[in-house]
Amino acid sequence: MATQKHTIVALVMDKPGVFNRISSLFRRRGFNMESIAVGHSELANISRVTIVVDGSTVQVEQVRKQLEKIIDVVKVTDITLRDTITRELALMKVHANSNTRSEIIQIVDIFRAKIVDVAGDSVTVEVTGDSSKVETLFKLLKVFGIKEIARTGYIAMTRGDTASL
Amino acid sequence: MKMTGSQILCESLIKEGVDVIFGILGGSILPLYDTLTQYPQLRHVLVRHEQAAAHAAASYARVTGKPGVCFATSGPGATNLVTGIADAYLDSTPVIAITGQVARPFIGKDAFQEIDITGITLPITKHNYLVTDAGQVAQTVKEAFYIARTGRPGPVLIDMPKDVQVDMAEFDYSTRLVMPGYKPTTQGHPSQLKKAARVIQDAAKPVILAGHGVIIAEAYDELKEMAENNQIPVITTLLGISAFPGSHFLSYGWLGMHGMACANMAIDACDLVIAVGMRFDDRATGKISGFAPHAKVIHIDIDPAEIGKNVKVDVPIVGDVKAVLKGLNKYIEPKQNPEWLSHLEALRLQHPALHIGDSDSILPQYAIRKIWEATEGRATVITGVGQHQMWTAQYYTFDRPNTLVTSGGLGTMGFELPASVGAAVGRPGEDIWCIAGDGSIQMTIQELATIVQENLPVKIAIMNNGYLGMVRQWQEMFYGKRYMATPLACPDFTKIAEAYCIPAINIKHRQDVEPAIQRAIEHPGSFLLNFVVEPEENVYPMVPPGASLAEVMETPRKEVLKWPRKSTL
Ligand SMILES: Cc1ncc(C[n+]2csc(CCOP(=O)(O)OP(=O)(O)O)c2C)c(N)n1
Ligand SMILES: [Mg+2]
Repeated sequence: MATQKHTIVALVMDKPGVFNRISSLFRRRGFNMESIAVGHSELANISRVTIVVDGSTVQVEQVRKQLEKIIDVVKVTDITLRDTITRELALMKVHANSNTRSEIIQIVDIFRAKIVDVAGDSVTVEVTGDSSKVETLFKLLKVFGIKEIARTGYIAMTRGDTASL
Repeated sequence: MKMTGSQILCESLIKEGVDVIFGILGGSILPLYDTLTQYPQLRHVLVRHEQAAAHAAASYARVTGKPGVCFATSGPGATNLVTGIADAYLDSTPVIAITGQVARPFIGKDAFQEIDITGITLPITKHNYLVTDAGQVAQTVKEAFYIARTGRPGPVLIDMPKDVQVDMAEFDYSTRLVMPGYKPTTQGHPSQLKKAARVIQDAAKPVILAGHGVIIAEAYDELKEMAENNQIPVITTLLGISAFPGSHFLSYGWLGMHGMACANMAIDACDLVIAVGMRFDDRATGKISGFAPHAKVIHIDIDPAEIGKNVKVDVPIVGDVKAVLKGLNKYIEPKQNPEWLSHLEALRLQHPALHIGDSDSILPQYAIRKIWEATEGRATVITGVGQHQMWTAQYYTFDRPNTLVTSGGLGTMGFELPASVGAAVGRPGEDIWCIAGDGSIQMTIQELATIVQENLPVKIAIMNNGYLGMVRQWQEMFYGKRYMATPLACPDFTKIAEAYCIPAINIKHRQDVEPAIQRAIEHPGSFLLNFVVEPEENVYPMVPPGASLAEVMETPRKEVLKWPRKSTL
């Protein structure tokens, strides 16, 4: 069956153990979680989770239904086919010396990323964007040598007036 | 009024209609047990192993329709519950498991008998709680019962630290439940009902596939109405046995690995499967790509996640089986299916499923059949797991609703004796028959003590074949008859029973079977029958693992037993 990346957004009760329940479900049913991001939502005591999962439509529908079964999960929507804004933030600490620094700065500028720290032999780049932007910048900077990278995982929201869920 | 956490728990249990608890105590649950002395209306049944407490609670729940409750202490008490909780989870049974936990300041410190039981039971409970405040106890119990018994039922565990059991808080059971993440759908969508009715109307060869959900929803009358009004044959799953009278003229037995050949063939030939409260378990469907190859599928289930999980569905209906069937019956125009029924009748005659050969030795099928006769098919029957379980499902014809208690999803050996305890407590005054395997019963044989202490009139019939028979059968068929680790050295079960003050007899010849069963029935209390049966008898029919239902292997035997059925309504 053809697989595809799906973006699932869930509202969950802000209770201890909720993320354990979610990750346990993915592990136990063999669902392939590519990224997960968690934060407060606009509602009190409710967090918002964005999960990117790779699978066929049937598998991802199972993921959604199984997530819905968790008592502390309030609502789950697969927003893959909708018009969405998807973002991730990444920090990359890149090797830099007097020879390479300006080239790195040029690349960073093209991507409208930011240099947020400069040290003796490295610069730290902050980038926000959709998956292809972060991935492409990562590939370009890799040639200089990446000391460290930290990524938040994707968050997503539908465009327009209606809420995602 | 201010009360201790333990008192709040007991008061809450009473509010939920609980009158019996199965359990074993220990250090971390002592305050709660001490509090039980103030609540004589809560009967406590002391079991001999916590696994039995969970099985007994589950079986009690299955026979009464009310959640069953079990108690265990922290650490090993809690981990011993795990098999029983998992069994209840897979068979959608409402069980409330309450475990003691070390006091809050010790949690996370690897204290004596501290174990993360909420972590351990996370994937085998419908939900679980660690209560960290006596003020939360009432609310938690209320939620737990609501979750356990509504929607698709399941076990819920509440872990209670020892200091929470003694802390004081206000008892208030009137608070409204706020669970935005839990809203089970009960009513089927009207447009889906209409669609399903149309599909049923158009079908020339429909079958109803009735599962455990029919029993849980007590939708017996609605199911019968649908079948009779439209002349649709009914096939059940293993756990659906007794959802529909076994001797009804529309009953075609049960499907799957050891189901009736004609049931499996009917599924293969039908053009519509109306699946009601079942989940297309692989033991039931056989090879999934070969399942009902010519059929459309209507799937009625309360759990949306079951729909489309294993089998592609044409008309899904999410809802309570009883409500959905009731609604659906209104939309269907009564119909006759004479051709289809006579085709199935021919299949049934060509492929009879019940065979008891002539022999001086005892065939287990014969012993079970005689128990059926002697109890007039009215007993509540509990089985272990193995060949004897399959023979019971085949040779005891269940006409009374909800009278077979067996471990389906988990297939837990050792289920029979503890589940008989729960069934006997839940159905006092009724005939309780425990059909045991010589291997299976040895996993929980200590529960004979519970039967004696509680004075439960459980009749125990061991099908003693000297083997882990079901596994031996697989070794015979698929592993060149290499009997690795399946021969059993069994104790003299009659002596064991006698040690527990339960009268018992050995039965070795066919002619002694009936008198022995009579003796057991006439004895007012528990009685144990050790049937020394044909050691290498195999269960037929059999759909080999990985094969489709149509590839069912039938018995090499010739003798045929008449299928007990009423010829008309
Ligand atoms: C707890 C557990 N362990 C192992 C098994 C695997 N198993 C399934 S049936 C069976 C044999 C059961 O033997 P017995 O109780 O004597 O019943 P018989 O098949 O002989 O009727 C075994 C070992 C199981 N189902 N459950
Ligand atoms: Mg055996």
